[in-house]
Amino acid sequence: MQLARVVGTVVATQKHAKFEGAKLLLVQPIGLDDAPRGTPLLAVDSVGAGVHEKVLVVIEGRAAGEALGRKAAPVDAAIIGIVDHVDTVE
Amino acid sequence: MQLAKVIGDVVVTQKDDNLHGIKLMVLQPLAPDGSAVGRTLVAVDAVGAGVGETVFFVRGKEASFPFYPTEVPADAGIVGIVDQVHLG
Repeated sequence: MQLARVVGTVVATQKHAKFEGAKLLLVQPIGLDDAPRGTPLLAVDSVGAGVHEKVLVVIEGRAAGEALGRKAAPVDAAIIGIVDHVDTVE
Repeated sequence: MQLAKVIGDVVVTQKDDNLHGIKLMVLQPLAPDGSAVGRTLVAVDAVGAGVGETVFFVRGKEASFPFYPTEVPADAGIVGIVDQVHLG
């Protein structure tokens, strides 16, 4: 899983049926220092996340489909949690 | 998934049987601000996207799911056409 920051939303009327009712959010992967890492990606939201929130994202098809709760959904990324805080010892 | 612009299509006559009738489009991945990022790729189209449209696509085996039960040999697939992107 990957920490990320929600940076935007996407509206798409015409989409595959398995996406009906699913919220699509743009997320920017971040490091432990909150610095952006890599390119923003699009994830389905299964936890009610909002823009600016720090979230936990799975970037793998099977896990993302399970988060969406739909079998054989053509998804590869999903938000599975809203991060309260991250504690590290170093 | 990732945002992309459809910048072309690919015509392939001799191909895997399970690709018959499926459109192959050339995609340029985009950053949220609309700028090009990364390398272009070819994706199967599950939603009827056209050249010039902004879409989102899925990577990996899941690209073949819209064509179930046909097992399409694809590793990228267009699954939505983008109306609007709102940046926070």
